[in-house]
Amino acid sequence: MGLVDRGRLPKPLTQLFNMGRSYSLWVYQWGLACCAIEMGAAFGSPRYDVMRLGVIPLPASPRQADLVVISGTVTDKMAPVIKRLYEQMPEPKYVISMGSCANCGGPYWDSYSVTKGIDQIIPVDVYVPGCPPRPEALLEGVVMLQQRIKNEDMGARWRGEGSQPMALAQSAKQAVKKQVVDGESAERGGVPVVVDH
Amino acid sequence: MTLLGDRQQLSYIASQAADARVNLELETEGMTLNIGPQHPATHGTLRIIARLDGEQVVWVDPSCGYMHRGYEKLTEVRTYPQVTALVNRIDWLGSFANEVPFILAAEKLMGIEAPLRAQHIRTILFELSRIANVSLFLGDLGVQLGAITPVFMAFRDREYVLNLIEGATGGRFHPNFDRIGGLKDDLPAGWIDETRTVMKKLRRFCDEIEDLLFGNEIFQSRTRGIGVIPRDIALQYGMSGANLRASGVDWDLRRDQSLPMAWDKVDWKVWTHPDGDSFARCWVRLQEVRESTRIVEQLVDTIPAGPVMTKVPRIIKVPEGEAWVCTENPLGEMGYYVVSQGDLGPFRVKIRSASFNNMSITPWLLKGVYVPDIVTILASLYFILGDIDR
Repeated sequence: MGLVDRGRLPKPLTQLFNMGRSYSLWVYQWGLACCAIEMGAAFGSPRYDVMRLGVIPLPASPRQADLVVISGTVTDKMAPVIKRLYEQMPEPKYVISMGSCANCGGPYWDSYSVTKGIDQIIPVDVYVPGCPPRPEALLEGVVMLQQRIKNEDMGARWRGEGSQPMALAQSAKQAVKKQVVDGESAERGGVPVVVDH
Repeated sequence: MTLLGDRQQLSYIASQAADARVNLELETEGMTLNIGPQHPATHGTLRIIARLDGEQVVWVDPSCGYMHRGYEKLTEVRTYPQVTALVNRIDWLGSFANEVPFILAAEKLMGIEAPLRAQHIRTILFELSRIANVSLFLGDLGVQLGAITPVFMAFRDREYVLNLIEGATGGRFHPNFDRIGGLKDDLPAGWIDETRTVMKKLRRFCDEIEDLLFGNEIFQSRTRGIGVIPRDIALQYGMSGANLRASGVDWDLRRDQSLPMAWDKVDWKVWTHPDGDSFARCWVRLQEVRESTRIVEQLVDTIPAGPVMTKVPRIIKVPEGEAWVCTENPLGEMGYYVVSQGDLGPFRVKIRSASFNNMSITPWLLKGVYVPDIVTILASLYFILGDIDR
């Protein structure tokens, strides 16, 4: 995609691409703890049925996935594994952090073995709060991510700019983390961020 | 090698030795198969390192700790009511059942007992969480064998039970409803009628699963005679719950123990199976769901009137002492050894969870089985990683 990396994609074409991308998200399920069951209920149960949103929860490996849902408590033993599998996903990739534990440590905020927030390891696009969040909340997070993909400038993403986290309920802590995530995503792109006002 | 921990280093050396031995005998080259830490068959984040000789497993090293959250340390810095919110999340499928032994241990130390109505409602919610837990197992079992329909059915019917728990406690997954000296609240209006309807639905679900899955020839040939645990081995490894009953040991803490709960007031049966194989373990669990629906139906008819909370001080201080209370949780025996020094929070809590002991048999059990059977045996043992690692 020479047009994309030079940032010269015509706007109608961008919109077309974005619509296609937002409605064919392949989700890699990273079920860790309690939230994994609610994620299973959202993705695998007839009552919630995520496939009607155009999300396909069945890729066999992270190399085929566009989106990863980190659902549950991330421990320090697990964190390197998550980082490694996230790095195997092809760009453009998105992350939903599901549940208080993945957001900020949750009820284990003072535990010696829990990673307090998955955003210390990988950049997060949507935070879904709750302990565990209801399946409806996860579906809302997916819809918010889709809206975000639709409004995305692919050229900017290619250059490593413009990754803004969203939160269903924006708390002060997450607002602080927003800046951290921006910094990290810029690092990941390997391109120095040039701010021109 | 410097990056590996001691345990992994030892496993590595052992694997080399196993390799050499196999190579000498059969002149084939061994292979290490890594399952997990993130694999649907492991019910969470269990990592299994298996040495294979062709299609057979030579030895297995289960590596747990990927879900270790430090419960026993965290309970030392929480007050008693806060610990209840924490222990919900040990076995996340049967949350309410985790609260009960801890609360009973605290009540034992304080020398109080919940009112009769609270005991009844506790037992009902306990059994509902067992149904929510085991019905997901029955659905998940199909997935491990390649059948995807049962899991949809399980999620469909499990939602009814979760709605009931949510209606009574306000929490769909983690109720945090038990208090020292009783319950937070009384049952809402109309809840009992709804429960009766749902129990009928659940029994229909059990019949469906029995027809669809247990009567299936593929299921039977994949589970019958596979992963046999003899009676004495099961006892030696400290197994409990349905895994022990499937090996022919008639042992159920709900019946064998006298706790301030309502199991002794109803008519129900403890199911055992003499075979001890994967099929027996699944079958015993199916029967347990049926018994649980019966227990709930009988209990909702006989809930006594009265308060749901005794008089307890506003700030709970548990007097000095030690108490051990265990109950028959969905996964097996779960107990709390609470040491109190008269503070707001416990001095030390030792948590005995069923899955850790149930899972510890895997190196013995998986030796010599074929690779596809690893998944079915792990599924039939039914552990939850939060319950293993805590």
